[in-house]
Formats: sequence, structure tokens, C-alpha cells
Amino acid sequence: MKKVYVNEKWCLACHLCEYYCAFAATGSDLMYKVLKNAVINPRIRVEEKGNISFAVSCRHCEVPLCVKGCISGALSEKDGVISIDKSKCVGCYTCVLSCPYGAIMPSDSGVMQKCELCLSTKEGEPQCAAHCPNGAIVYEER
Amino acid sequence: MNVKTYKYIIIGNSAAGIGTVEGIRRIDGVGSIAVISSEPYHTYSRPLISYLLEGKTDTERMKYRPDGFYEANGCDTYLGVSVSSIEAGPHTVTLESGDVLKYSKLMVSTGSEPFVPPFKGLESVPEKFSFMTLDDALRLRNAIDRTAQPKVLIIGAGLIGLKCCEGIYNTVTDKKGSITVVDLSPKVLSSILNDDAAAIVKSSIESKGVTFHLGQTVSEFDGKRAVLSDGSELSFDILVLAVGVKPRISLVKDAGGETERGIITDKYQKTSLEDVYAAGDCVQSFDISCGKSRILAILPGAYRQGEAAGLTMAGCAYAYDCAIPMNAIGFFGLHMITAGSYEGDVYTESDGGSYKALYYKDNLLKGYIMIGNVARAGIYTSLIREKIPLDSVDFGMLCKEPALMAFSQKYRAEKLGGVVI
Repeated sequence: MKKVYVNEKWCLACHLCEYYCAFAATGSDLMYKVLKNAVINPRIRVEEKGNISFAVSCRHCEVPLCVKGCISGALSEKDGVISIDKSKCVGCYTCVLSCPYGAIMPSDSGVMQKCELCLSTKEGEPQCAAHCPNGAIVYEER
Repeated sequence: MNVKTYKYIIIGNSAAGIGTVEGIRRIDGVGSIAVISSEPYHTYSRPLISYLLEGKTDTERMKYRPDGFYEANGCDTYLGVSVSSIEAGPHTVTLESGDVLKYSKLMVSTGSEPFVPPFKGLESVPEKFSFMTLDDALRLRNAIDRTAQPKVLIIGAGLIGLKCCEGIYNTVTDKKGSITVVDLSPKVLSSILNDDAAAIVKSSIESKGVTFHLGQTVSEFDGKRAVLSDGSELSFDILVLAVGVKPRISLVKDAGGETERGIITDKYQKTSLEDVYAAGDCVQSFDISCGKSRILAILPGAYRQGEAAGLTMAGCAYAYDCAIPMNAIGFFGLHMITAGSYEGDVYTESDGGSYKALYYKDNLLKGYIMIGNVARAGIYTSLIREKIPLDSVDFGMLCKEPALMAFSQKYRAEKLGGVVI
């Protein structure tokens, strides 16, 4: 399946991926309208130190420890994509305990959020990769 | 007598039992499966009963798998049905009705049950409850609802007792009642927290108006009155017993299987009985963080063991051999995540409402406690579970915060870049 891959060699730590991630979730058509002055809570996060930087988001693991450990049955895997049913999540943080990449975190409402590859947005594919200016984030089959 | 035969019989309908179904079905799409449970419900998440009382979920949303799960996986269900015995020789189980079912492979995922010490006078207490099952939770809610200004006494300041406390808190407080917690241990959550962490959590819960009597036990009950070991007396309306749990091992033990505190299995979850497997809270697990066999009654472990057993039962031997204790839990908005064993040297950090302790030994992270800021804790868990040598990462950086930056470029290329090394 197609996944999001990151090559830190090309990453400039511009954080555009974080903005496009937050924007994709809004369904709005103009980024400045919804994100101006907003504190964003994206599902992809850039780590940076010195001249090294890279973005981290859900790896959609073949052995998804978050799904296997989820106590409520809110996390599930279908066709290789890990998604969360927010109505079932109670915010117990067992997935935060389980994820080896630190790629799942609370949403603004307290229940958990994660990268779902923008599959349910109007664009239908990961906006972090689509808008990465340097090809440091790509969405492809490997 | 007509004996119904199944390829797989699973006793238990919670995480380990469901893991077994899903493990089997990844290999064997057609072999017949029977799921037997003494509880009459569709599979539900047991740890969610406190969230149910709190109003954060309901009986529909707390289903562990969607409606239609059994049909989609071709399972016959025997719900509200207890198993009386296992006959390992003829490969049968006898139900309490006297009916007999025959299996090729059997899973015993019977979980655990409340451990109630022999308190003097306990039989005189009119309203007493455990807090393990959906029925327990519904009965407790009913008792609170019909009591004016309910005074609730919880015996046990462990995970179950304190989650119960949180679950009933709003209702009890709205009714101008009170909650008092008694525990023999001098600290709360003694199974998962060190002294410093326990003190933080205790004072946070106390600030909500909950009263603790720690280092105390009840020497005698007399109706709605409890006498503590220091001689003081408490009056209460409703008693919750959350002292501890014990693995349900009797079916396997009585059938001649090897048991200690829990059922003994090999790394494929197979018991000493032929074609009988066991998983979840009823078994002993090998804890790789301390190298000992112990009871690890946690839901993620139960699922993984069940899944491994299911794969093995269906013919694809699979071992779940990286078990460690781990818990994510929160009380009144204060979250904490803990994992592993607390041995070796320790790095601690305390900042405002947050606390962190990392335990390390022999070039490995052995365990950790995080309270408050628990972001990305799973990175620490992976260091323990995968036994990543600390000299291969920037441990100084990791102490400050869990980050992939502290790992080697090669590790990141493999994990984030999909580069096959």
C-alpha cells in the first residue's frame, strides 16, 4: 500500500506539513481564514535539532501496537490503514503508551487523533506530502 | 447424547478471547469456533466500566468489537453460559447445563476475579460491590442512585479502586455524598508507582475532596460501620471491595494442568494439557523487563497473548515474547503512563504538575513513570520492549524528552523512510 515516507536529507524544518495537516482537517478552502492566530494541533510533527530535521506521523505499522493495545476498540486497521473511531475513544492514553514513534496524541477534544492519510478529506490523499516543497515527505508505494 | 463438535472452543469473551478469534481467522477462515462466556453480553471493554459510570461512554460504544463481529468471524456464541469442567483426555468441555462440547483446540481465557480477604463481619454489610464487570458497575450505579447523600467506602487504592472512585465521583458529589478510600499499603497505586509519584497522585485526588486512610485495613465491619486497624471508625452506606484480583485457574487446575498463581504456559500460550491454550489475566507471563514469570493483568498483553495463541492453534506457531507490565491511566484529568520494572539507576525530573522517572541498568532502559506530561511515552516503551542498547542512542537527550532525534540516522531511515537496511 501507499504510505507516507520521510527523507530527512531534504527537510528544511519549514513546518508546512504541520500547517497542511491542520488545514486538511478543517475542510476549509483558505488556510489563513482558519489558521491565522490559531494554535495548531497537527497529526504530523517536525522534530529539529541543529541542522537535522524530519517530520513524524503514523507509520501505519504492519503490526500496529496501538490497535492491538486499544482498550476500547476505537482504533482499527482496514486495508493497512489505521484509523480511530473518536466516538469510542475515552482518552485512556494506552495508544500513547504503545506507539514506538510517538505518532498519536490527544486532539483538542481530549480523545486521541492520528494521521489517517487524509483519506476522508476532500483531497483524499496526504496533504503533508502533497505540499512538501522539497520532496522530503512523499506518499508512495515501496 | 449428541455432542456438538468445534475445531476451536474459546472460554472467555474479553480481550484474550477476541484476540484468539482474530488470530485464528488470519490463518483459518473456515474452522468452526465457539465462544463461551458466563456473562450474557456482546464483547465489551472491561476497563471502560468506570468511564461508563462517569458518562464518558455507554453500553453501545463500549463494545470491544462492532455488532456483527461473531457472524463476520463465523463464531457460535454461548453467552451467559458457564463451563463446569474441561476433560482434557477426550477433548471436551462440560457446561453447567450438563451439555458437552468437543474441541480440537481449546482456549482458556477466563480472566480474573475479585480477591476478598476474610474481613470480620463482612456478611453484615447490606450494600457491597466488586468492580470488575459490567453488572458490577450497573449494580453500583443503581445503589448510588437510590441512596440519599451516599457515603461510599472503597477498600483498595489500586487501579480498580481509584478508577471506581473517579467513575462515581460526579454522581456522588452531586448528591452531596462522600468517598473514602482505605488501603493497607501506605501509598496509592502501589503496583505501578514509586513513593514520589504516588504522593503526587494522592494529593491530586485528595484535592477533589476524596479522603484517604492509607496503611490501614478494616479490622471489623458492623452493618454500615467499619472499624479500622488504628481503632478509628467510619460510617458508610455503600462498600466497594477492590483489594485485588486473583487469576481464574480452576478449570485448568482441576483438569490436571500446571498452575502456580496463574496458569503456566509456554511462549506459544500452550498449557501443560494437550491442545489446551490459555491467555490473559488467568496466566503467568514472562516479563522481559525483569526476567521473571508473573501475573501481568493488562488488556494489551491479554490481546497479544490471545492473538499469538490463535495463530498457533490454527497452525502458524507464533510467540508473544516481549511482555512487560505497562499501564496508561488517569484520574480527574491527571494522566500517567508507566512501564517495565523499577530497578537500577534512576533519572528523575519534576516540573510543576509533571513528574518523570527513568530506570536503567546494564545499558538498557528497564522502566519508567510519567505523570502529567506523557507525550510520546511509547518511545520509552519501545526502548524497553526492543531492548535497544542505550549506548546506541543519545540517552541524555531522551531523558529530557522522548524523541526520534535521539536515535541513529540509520534507525530513522528504516522506520520513517522505509529504507530497508
